[in-house]
Amino acid sequence: MDKKTENLSRRKFVKNSSIVSGGLFLAPSILSATPLYKKEKMLKLAVIGCGGRGTGAASQALKADENVKLVAMADAFQDRLDDSFNNLSKMFDDKRIDVKPSNKFVGFGSYKKAIDEADVIILATPPGFRPQHFEYAIEQGKHVFMEKPVATDVPGIKKVLATARKADEKNLNVVVGLQRHYQLNYQETFKRIQEGEIGKILSGQVYWDGAGVWVRPRQENWTEMEYQMRNWYYFNWLCGDHILEQHIHNIDVANWFIGEYPISAQGMGGREVRKGIDHGNIFDRHFVEFVYPGGAIISSQCRHQPGCMSRVSESFQGATGNSYTDAGNKAILTSYSNGQLFNHNGEDDKNPYQVEHNKLFASIRSGGHINDAENGAKSTMTAILGRMATYTGKVVTWEEAMNSKQVLVPVEDGLTWDSVAPVLPDADGKYVIPVPGVTTLI
Amino acid sequence: MGMSCALIIAQDPGNYTQDIQGLGWSIDMVFVEGGSFNMGAAKNDTSRDENEKPMHEVSVDDFWMAEYEVTWEQYDSFVYGRFGTEQFKSESKLADLGIDAVTGATAPYVDMSFGMGKGSFPATNMTQYAAIMYCKWITAKTGVFYRLPTEAEWEYVCKKGGTDKKTSLKEVAWFGENSNGKYNKTGTKKPNSLGIYDMLGNVSEWVLDQYSSDFYTKSPKENPWNIPSELYPRVVRGGSWKDTSGKLCCTSRQKSKSNWKMQDPQIPKSNWWYTDAPFIGFRIVRPKTQPSKTQIEKYWLEAIVDYGMN
Repeated sequence: MDKKTENLSRRKFVKNSSIVSGGLFLAPSILSATPLYKKEKMLKLAVIGCGGRGTGAASQALKADENVKLVAMADAFQDRLDDSFNNLSKMFDDKRIDVKPSNKFVGFGSYKKAIDEADVIILATPPGFRPQHFEYAIEQGKHVFMEKPVATDVPGIKKVLATARKADEKNLNVVVGLQRHYQLNYQETFKRIQEGEIGKILSGQVYWDGAGVWVRPRQENWTEMEYQMRNWYYFNWLCGDHILEQHIHNIDVANWFIGEYPISAQGMGGREVRKGIDHGNIFDRHFVEFVYPGGAIISSQCRHQPGCMSRVSESFQGATGNSYTDAGNKAILTSYSNGQLFNHNGEDDKNPYQVEHNKLFASIRSGGHINDAENGAKSTMTAILGRMATYTGKVVTWEEAMNSKQVLVPVEDGLTWDSVAPVLPDADGKYVIPVPGVTTLI
Repeated sequence: MGMSCALIIAQDPGNYTQDIQGLGWSIDMVFVEGGSFNMGAAKNDTSRDENEKPMHEVSVDDFWMAEYEVTWEQYDSFVYGRFGTEQFKSESKLADLGIDAVTGATAPYVDMSFGMGKGSFPATNMTQYAAIMYCKWITAKTGVFYRLPTEAEWEYVCKKGGTDKKTSLKEVAWFGENSNGKYNKTGTKKPNSLGIYDMLGNVSEWVLDQYSSDFYTKSPKENPWNIPSELYPRVVRGGSWKDTSGKLCCTSRQKSKSNWKMQDPQIPKSNWWYTDAPFIGFRIVRPKTQPSKTQIEKYWLEAIVDYGMN
């Protein structure tokens, strides 16, 4: 449609509307000068971390509210930022993707400049840096969507918890990408468990068993720091290990449905299959028992080994019945004595990745207050507790874990590609891997 | 090997088993003599959708069709396979088959079987592009040209085999009324009269065509194929374990949807996997007369980037 036709059809629309509404009280001249609706503020969006997920979250934010435009982008790498910008530009017109070249910020520390430019911030870098980014965004008074996990070490968790309280004080909205909270089959199951349909939860099994994820092999022209940042999944300080990066979703469901966070954990883990030169220092499997204050015990397992059983789901046993949920919109509740209580029909359920942005922007528009950050931090902490248990082979209490002073992540400002990386390979290119029974650092 | 194989085919184009070296499984292929048939549903059949009309006569050439849907055991060999040159036929042989490279699927992040079973259960959740790449991979390993069926070939086999004319649909198909909410092992219902299993039900099957509701009004008569140019929608056939009986019909046409990637949180979305289509699978065919290199190249459809905007 060219501009002329667009104007014509707009006039026609206005004219027709005035007829429908009676057309009695508005002269055409007034009509053309005064909008019929209250004009909403254009909200400016910035994305920090322009990988596939950051790009996906940006597109969902833009779809959630038509008066949102992307104005700033930040990434450690120029190529990642450019790919993201190009992809978004194919999806939305330049009124929605309004990122001037001077608002594309690349390198360590670039997040601050992008956050300064916007009202709503998407935080989607590798999780190690999340606490620093979240702290700055809330300090600057911005609303935030941040991906899970929200930290990789305990000092990071504490920073997120403190910042969450500041967000409350400032009435800022924070949505965390634990999207099962925004998915109908999970919401329905939670409600029914709350109402006592299966009784008090006594035990459960939560799973993220799969084949694993991408690898970005080392290239000769990369410094050690660039290599770790590119191949971030395999470095604990950046990723938190896959018990955080993926399995947090299922552990978080256990916390949510039980309504508590664990008091202790013990478990086992290691690397047996995925232990190549480009697999950094993370495990390929973890199995953890979490003990909850009310007595529930949850078995948590996550595995990255091709060719083995795949399963991503949560099962709980209550006093009178059990539940099964998975991300494929499934939810089944069964009574031990009366058979099936509930079988969710998820055929037409909305995409939870979209719903979480719809809720965020609706809350911003209505002056509401969503703050997922505390739960995001505590569920991340639960996964860290599990990781501490598998790395050490010891029983670790929540209290001990929260007292950990171990800093995995350096301060981002001031880092360069030539900075010394937090972990370094030996002469064979291998990193120190935690050894249960030997490793004490938690 | 190639010579003797060709000789046998020339004498008796019957059924055969395609061995695939080093993988521990093979593919049973059923010969289907081509011919003319009335594609689509009759004008006065009010039980059928408008997109199945008009009924129109088309012809298809001879081909073989796989007796069974592709299983997880087979598909995982591709997903987790090795792709070094030693895994495939010689470069010159591949060039004749229009293949300059074979790319493997990315490993999925979640369980694509949705807990319904792997091994000899049908593979699911792959995109049409991934299914085509599987055909290319089998072609590169065997030196024999395999591809997805066209929509016309699929319907021809379904009708010729009288698949939906059985006294009871429940004898030949797993669908909403008997599947108990999941797919089943391939070949556990009765085959159609050509000896081909699970044409209807179990998993819906990819064909090669772009879906357009009015293609039948303009379809060519010989070997029709609506060559895709858009990512969505493309055609799937046969209905699945979750469908009602109305979709388990030789003429029923279903189409792919972008919300089958709902749980893929990335942009661009995966070229290889759906996250919400545990009811989509496929089977392969082999034309009796191997097409020219130029023709074969047309079948290796390129991936179209999925921005999740449809």
